[in-house]
Amino acid sequence: MSARTADRIATVVFIAIALVIISVLAGLLSFVFINGMKHISVHFLTTPSSNLLAGGGIRDQLFNSFYILLITMIFTVPIGVGGGIYMAEYAKPGKVTNMIRSCIEVLASLPSIVIGMFGLLIFVTLTGWGYTIIGGSLALTVFNLPVIVRVTEDAIRSVPANQKEAGLALGVTHWHTIKTILLPSAFPAILTGAILAAGRVFGEAAALLFTAGQSTGRLDYTDWNPFSQNSPLNIFRPAETLAVHIWAVNTQGLIPDVKEVANGSAAVLVISVLIFNILARLIGRMIHRKVTAIK
Amino acid sequence: MITALKKMVDIPDKSSLQLPVETILSVNNLEIFYGKKRAVNGVSMKIEKNAVTALIGPSGCGKSTFLRSINRMNDLIPGARAEGEIMYEGVNILSNTIDPVALRKEIGMVFQKPNPFPKSIYENIALALKFSGKRKKSLLDEIVEDSLKKAALWDEVKDRLHQSAMSLSGGQQQRLCIARAIAMKPAVLLLDEPTSALDPISNAKIEELIVELKKDYSIIIVTHNMQQAARISDQTAFFYCGDLIEYDLTKKIFNNPTEKKTKDYISGRFG
Amino acid sequence: MLDQTALAKEQLLKSKKVWTNGEVRGKIVVYACAYFMIFAAISIVIFLGFKGLQSFTKNGVSILEFLTGSTWKPADHSNPQYGAFPFIAGSLAVTLLSAFIAAPLGIGGAIFMTEIAPSWGKKLLQPVIELLVGIPSVVYGFIGLTVLVPFVRWTFGGLGFSLLSGMIVLSIMILPTITSIATDAFESLPNSLREGAYAVGATRWQTIRSVLIPAALPNLLTAVVLGMARAFGEALAVQMVIGNVKDLPHSLLDPSATLTTIITLSMGETTFGSSENNILWAMGLLLLLISFIFILLIRYLSSRRKIS
Repeated sequence: MSARTADRIATVVFIAIALVIISVLAGLLSFVFINGMKHISVHFLTTPSSNLLAGGGIRDQLFNSFYILLITMIFTVPIGVGGGIYMAEYAKPGKVTNMIRSCIEVLASLPSIVIGMFGLLIFVTLTGWGYTIIGGSLALTVFNLPVIVRVTEDAIRSVPANQKEAGLALGVTHWHTIKTILLPSAFPAILTGAILAAGRVFGEAAALLFTAGQSTGRLDYTDWNPFSQNSPLNIFRPAETLAVHIWAVNTQGLIPDVKEVANGSAAVLVISVLIFNILARLIGRMIHRKVTAIK
Repeated sequence: MITALKKMVDIPDKSSLQLPVETILSVNNLEIFYGKKRAVNGVSMKIEKNAVTALIGPSGCGKSTFLRSINRMNDLIPGARAEGEIMYEGVNILSNTIDPVALRKEIGMVFQKPNPFPKSIYENIALALKFSGKRKKSLLDEIVEDSLKKAALWDEVKDRLHQSAMSLSGGQQQRLCIARAIAMKPAVLLLDEPTSALDPISNAKIEELIVELKKDYSIIIVTHNMQQAARISDQTAFFYCGDLIEYDLTKKIFNNPTEKKTKDYISGRFG
Repeated sequence: MLDQTALAKEQLLKSKKVWTNGEVRGKIVVYACAYFMIFAAISIVIFLGFKGLQSFTKNGVSILEFLTGSTWKPADHSNPQYGAFPFIAGSLAVTLLSAFIAAPLGIGGAIFMTEIAPSWGKKLLQPVIELLVGIPSVVYGFIGLTVLVPFVRWTFGGLGFSLLSGMIVLSIMILPTITSIATDAFESLPNSLREGAYAVGATRWQTIRSVLIPAALPNLLTAVVLGMARAFGEALAVQMVIGNVKDLPHSLLDPSATLTTIITLSMGETTFGSSENNILWAMGLLLLLISFIFILLIRYLSSRRKIS
């Protein structure tokens, strides 16, 4: 076989691989949308799920997913951004920095089921809370923290060094330089990264199975007092999220319309994650435009 | 106070003197290391007050390193270390007890590439002022206007103070950086090749400005452009391979240098 | 004159006023955040280590039996057996097999983006990869369950729930990880390598095969190892398609189980603190230890990269 023929064959193979990857995504998305769209209705989104009967919706699961995401972000963003600032600005080369970097690496590579087990041990059993939203959110914090740290560190490091020099040369303190010059410049990139991370948190199930639980009590959407038993805002109640719901109905569901509910839920989940992705992309593009508009 | 003192003892005008009359900074046997590598070898020199001192020499000869040590910007570089003394107002600014943040308010710096903050023109100047405790709007307005006027930028930007500084041209951005530095009312202004990234017209404007500014500030400028040094400086120091080869009045350096190396460099034989 | 000097000196000296302008406060907060990372990682290791060892310390399970035994009857009270070998083998099998599929595809995709069509290939494939990363694992599991499992059953016979199904689902899940890191690997190669090869008359394929791939190899291996780490830790997607039987699989079409799927299934059905529950924590600890091995492997690869 001549070198030219081999080259042509290789090119064809690589193009074929690209087509395979594209068609896998196209297949997945079209499956989810074609099967799922017909089950998504206002009724489906606003009715509580049923354990036995057909016709249940995903109202509570949808609410729980967003609520757990919100609480997770409230924990993760400040700690993660703080950790990222440390890594980018304060960390001196040495043992402590290496230690912190290793710990971030360990946290980032923990299988999510292991994080779920840790959550079960600490936030469910040791504290005696049982399955709760707060327990689930804390487990997801462990899961999400390394991502936010990395995003922040990269974002701050990518701010041109001369910006930092400018601030310091004016006699602005290091902390004020970080706060008023570096963080504002890094903010768009941090936001983009945080939204992408939110999509990941939103779809996570394994870490929640044993922490936030696989059931939701009766919720009273007229009661917004976070301390009352049936309030949706109560963080000490068990909460099944959408992702957990998809797993639960598929593996242990008793309802006759498992297929419909699963298809609809999967479509809602994927659409939500897509929205997070598109949002992050739009913001990324906006920043790009703003940066390139500068002479 | 100093002017008053001068009048009292009737010190003659300094231009008639051969050597600096009043010293703002006095550098004694300064050595700067990057890790094990020595970048500046035992430099001693006195910097004249209210004059322009130019540092010339080929690239990598230690002049920027020297300049950055004067307001402790080298602290940012891991492994950089300075030995010797730089005396300012009776204290050695290289000492550990000196707060670099306070020092940098007294010794401002403008960099090679214009680096305005991605904020409004007004904010660029007001930001550091706010941190040094000046929060009153009227005071800030006044200082912003005053420093933009001193930097010869006021007429060009007075109608768009709240627009992004990024919309300015390169030369305007650099003058904004100068305005930003002088708004802090420093005693010394360090300029690190401030015109090398600019077009000839902006270059001329900034040179004019520097000569104007020496009335109020002591200026040290690193430059690659020998004509620039000849045009604007009172004293010139020639650095080569980390050594201070020659330091004298600019006229002397350019017309009749003592050292052969200086002569070779000035006449363009290397560098 | 003297007054002025003294004043200047005073101003330049380090003062204790930094408290008021937030310098120290900011630093404390940022340091606390960083140290929280150490705290979290260490407490996970300690708690899971302690809990995971209880099987061996309290219930007297032999570590050897746990790692090599092939009979899993933890709930049999007269003669409980804790052989987790079938699950360890299952985990390793799906991990290796899925990497076997995903590595060529991922590296091929990366070559397509960087070498075959550098102008538009990346614009096309990059969003695809990002979307594939974004799809939650339960959705992969769900599609595997509703499409792949019946397809395998119909094409190859058997139950459909099988090692094969698990391996295919996982290979799609780790594909984007491998592709994106492999893309970075090829992009970081200096252009002089390509120019050098083309200049001596090599074709594109010869350049890729004999110059670019060897040069990018440590990074490509890192990509594959990261993919494997992800596959190894995945729980729900695999659990939904693999069949979860307690025997050692003998062919790709046999149903099987992995460490993660057994934990997922049994954790809720056993009483906390019982011996059949404790053994699940031992499996969790094993997962933790293996994820450390993956980290060490990646570090080893990146240290090799620095030398070369």
